[in-house]
Amino acid sequence: MSSGTLSRLRFSANQIAQNLAAMNPDKAVLATADHINKFWDPRMKARIFEDIQGEEGRSALSPVALAAIEYLAGGAEPKSQTRATEFNSVNEIGHSDAG
Amino acid sequence: MGFERQADFGTPEVKSDELVTLTIDGREVTVPAGTSVMRAAAEIGGSIPKLCATDNMKSFGSCRLCLVEIEGARGTPASCTTPVMPGMNVKTQTPRLEKLRRGVMELYISDHPLDCLTCSANNDCELQDQAAAVGLRDVRYGYEGENHLGLGTDVSNPYFDFDPSKCIVCSRCVRACDEVQGTFALTIDGRGFASMVSAGQDGDNFLSSECVSCGACVQACPTATLQEKSVKAIGKPERAVVTTCAYCGVGCAFRAEMRGEQLVRMVPWKDGKANRGHSCVKGRFAYGYANHKDRVLNPMIRESIDEPWREVSWDEAIAHTVNKLREIKARHGVGSLGGVTSSRCTNEETFLVQKLVRAGFGNNNVDTCARVCHSPTGYGLSTTFGTSAGTQDFDTIMDADVVLVIGANPTDAHPVFGSRMKRRLRQGAKLIVIDPRRIDLVRSPHIKAAHHLALQPGTNVAVLTSLAHVIVTEGLVNEAFVRERCEWDAFEDWARFVSEERHSPEFLEAVTRVPAQTVREAARLYATGGNGAIYYGLGVTEHSQGSSAVIAIANLAMATGNIGRPGVGVNPLRGQNNVQGSCDMGSFPHELSGYRHISDDATRQLFEKDWGVTLDKEPGLRINNMLDAAIDGTFKALYVQGEDIMQSDPNTQHVAAGLEAMELVIMHDLFLNETANYAHVFLPGSTFLEKNGTFTNAERRVQPVRKVMEPAPGYEDWEVTQLLANALGLDWNYTHPSEILDEIARLTPSFAGISWDRLDREGSLQWPVNDKFPDGSPVMHVEEFVRGKGHFAITEYIPTDERSGPRFPLLLTTGRILSQYNVGAQTRRTDNVVWHDGDVLEMHPADAENRGLKTGDWVKLASRTGETTLRLEVTDRVAPGVVYTTFHHPGTQANVVTTDYSDWATNCPEYKVTAVQVMPSNGPTEWQKEQAELTERSRRIAGAAEMEPAE
Repeated sequence: MSSGTLSRLRFSANQIAQNLAAMNPDKAVLATADHINKFWDPRMKARIFEDIQGEEGRSALSPVALAAIEYLAGGAEPKSQTRATEFNSVNEIGHSDAG
Repeated sequence: MGFERQADFGTPEVKSDELVTLTIDGREVTVPAGTSVMRAAAEIGGSIPKLCATDNMKSFGSCRLCLVEIEGARGTPASCTTPVMPGMNVKTQTPRLEKLRRGVMELYISDHPLDCLTCSANNDCELQDQAAAVGLRDVRYGYEGENHLGLGTDVSNPYFDFDPSKCIVCSRCVRACDEVQGTFALTIDGRGFASMVSAGQDGDNFLSSECVSCGACVQACPTATLQEKSVKAIGKPERAVVTTCAYCGVGCAFRAEMRGEQLVRMVPWKDGKANRGHSCVKGRFAYGYANHKDRVLNPMIRESIDEPWREVSWDEAIAHTVNKLREIKARHGVGSLGGVTSSRCTNEETFLVQKLVRAGFGNNNVDTCARVCHSPTGYGLSTTFGTSAGTQDFDTIMDADVVLVIGANPTDAHPVFGSRMKRRLRQGAKLIVIDPRRIDLVRSPHIKAAHHLALQPGTNVAVLTSLAHVIVTEGLVNEAFVRERCEWDAFEDWARFVSEERHSPEFLEAVTRVPAQTVREAARLYATGGNGAIYYGLGVTEHSQGSSAVIAIANLAMATGNIGRPGVGVNPLRGQNNVQGSCDMGSFPHELSGYRHISDDATRQLFEKDWGVTLDKEPGLRINNMLDAAIDGTFKALYVQGEDIMQSDPNTQHVAAGLEAMELVIMHDLFLNETANYAHVFLPGSTFLEKNGTFTNAERRVQPVRKVMEPAPGYEDWEVTQLLANALGLDWNYTHPSEILDEIARLTPSFAGISWDRLDREGSLQWPVNDKFPDGSPVMHVEEFVRGKGHFAITEYIPTDERSGPRFPLLLTTGRILSQYNVGAQTRRTDNVVWHDGDVLEMHPADAENRGLKTGDWVKLASRTGETTLRLEVTDRVAPGVVYTTFHHPGTQANVVTTDYSDWATNCPEYKVTAVQVMPSNGPTEWQKEQAELTERSRRIAGAAEMEPAE
């Protein structure tokens, strides 16, 4: 993966962590993990998991982002932490995240 | 049967619970109180002669043709201005009335050309109809008196002519421009015999006036005075087919009036629930792109993007494409393919593209342009309300008392809705505008915003938080609503947060540049002024904190109890004609249709059973991720339907690099657009006139799109996707889009009750349509939020990383204008270019003076990302420090300067904040020249005469 893309992934993770921490500092790590889990493609996840194996990768991330990715890299599947990641079940109609 | 005009009841419909019964010509009729006698007569099949009355405007009472006799009343009142009374006994035809009416017609005809047979309104002229209805036989005045027959025709407007010699000064056009459109461009000049319709001052014609060419006056005109040029050229239509406009998210319903397979004109359909008989210049007139010479009608392929295109048969194109797809999949894996659905194609077509990607390619790499526009709405409103579907329909604006418009420019981008909003504002509703620019809505005829918060680009969340601060600290919260309908704990946390001193308008003024007093007054107005409705657009979403700003807006609405009834709500103004639909159809990489996450086993199984395949349960790539992955070498093939990412996505050089890195770019579109420069396969597309299907507008209203002519390339777009799918071995056999719609209804709970037949009968349906809401759902969250209680979420203002500095001291923001639509693919190929033939940069006089620049100069616009050149316009619509441009013309390359920054939650690009510098220039930049050359080279078609470029 090019350095451009990797730096973008790190930036994204930090940005997500920063905003979710502002929304709810207590749930920041889980919420970040939940967000990345629901919206990032496997390649992106694999790359960032690989990245935190190294010192450079770890220091490029904020504490919340790092904790969240470590949590996911450990195989966790966090439950929805915000309603934005609560999608409809098979027969439900209430939710929509139409853009 | 022949051609029939839509019924005209003379005066507008009146709603009332009180009913009145009266007798007209011996027949009893019962109508709501307040209805005019004219309308009551029309409702029982009568037709009182009329010329100045028409049912989308208030009665005027000038032509004196509609006189009636009422038992017990003196004289002969005009039926258009006479409201019904219980027990009234009306006669519409008596010897006295006959004489009076003939007298009026005689006067009209004494000053009217008698060339009916060669007139463009022949047989479609209300003057002819009324002359016949009143039994006019001769004009005793003769024709030698003074008259207006010698007046010349104004042909300045590209779409319609104004011939004053035929004008009967009924004032319908003036009233249409006032009441329906709200532009007030027309007036009656002079008095008595000298009265004339004028488009402005003495020296003005229609083009130079304030006219926005919406066509309301043309529609209203009873004679040939205001007439479409197309009718003059072609003749009277023979049949009309109701369809839906393919431009913006309002989704106006039109009658496509045809003669054979030729479209004569598009006339707004009065029964369209979204537009109610009105339209804008684009839907009404700008359909010429369907027949433009640039239209590509044959499939084309080429091995490399440096070669000219080779026209081939459909069979060869499909076979070639599928072979390459298979080969790429084998070499690079399942995840190396993807697709982009179109928010401008129908629901059925979008559904098939995501089905092709999921069932055919085997992954979830599918995305849509909602990514770059309202995806933060999706995230933000789901977080707070549980759903991002629009809560109201357009009609409810008429019940609003305070309208807050933030980051939207409805008079330009959603014109028909903008006109409706202006109508409500003229009735007395108050307006607050939050926008760095002084948009038209701030100050225009009869409209003045109570408050214009001209904030710095990028500070939305700060302003919204300061508004919340005022509402909470001044005790303006609607506590009853919050306790009943929202999570109280979350509210308390939020209230504590916004009450902090650092969120006060005074503290934030330095950052937002909005005077604290203005913020306080605006907040008080919204919270206490009655029904408060918020309308917002891309000026909110296209930021690093787009999702947060949407959340902040929802917080304000919840705190003040402005949810769940007509006249309030949080209303995202969705841009594209079918962006709501493409989202509904599961175009996002993380969800299937109906907003169900791909990881949900039960949902996946439902689809797997119906489609007979196994589906990938991992989320796929968004568009920007696809480009990143392409540069990394892991993403190789892309099927793009109806989307021009080269022109519309940010950081053009990055998009170009991504596309160039791919081995197979399949472009499925009407024209060779910017993305096609990097394409290897071109599949010609069909326009909205050439296919059946449905569009879903911003109100969740599903409306039919009806085919009126055969697709010029031979296939409708969904048929092409089917060809690809079948060549991949998927075995689809849809014969009509109604079958696709049935599949959608089968698999998507909110669409369960929708079918082609039902839409045909009922005209439109707002989803959800199911057992609980058998007839659809106009307003949502009436008693409670659809998903439980409203959730207040805290939004900390985090300034974007895109900062202005000494090298780039100005902030650029972008937008749209009325006459052009987005990348201009359609509108640039129509006569709309007469209003806007190039993007210009708007700059404040102070900044221009500092740089020695004036209007008309070529300037270089540079950012950290790139630079481009365009013309300057000096105006005080932008504040000092802010510049503005549009992105309608590819030559401008506006997106060369926009950045890679995007919304934290959805990757919606931050188009609205770019740090730039502006300086004089003497010509296009290197990049622009390169792109122009590349475009020319890339559009060569082998075998075309003299190898001329296609454009």
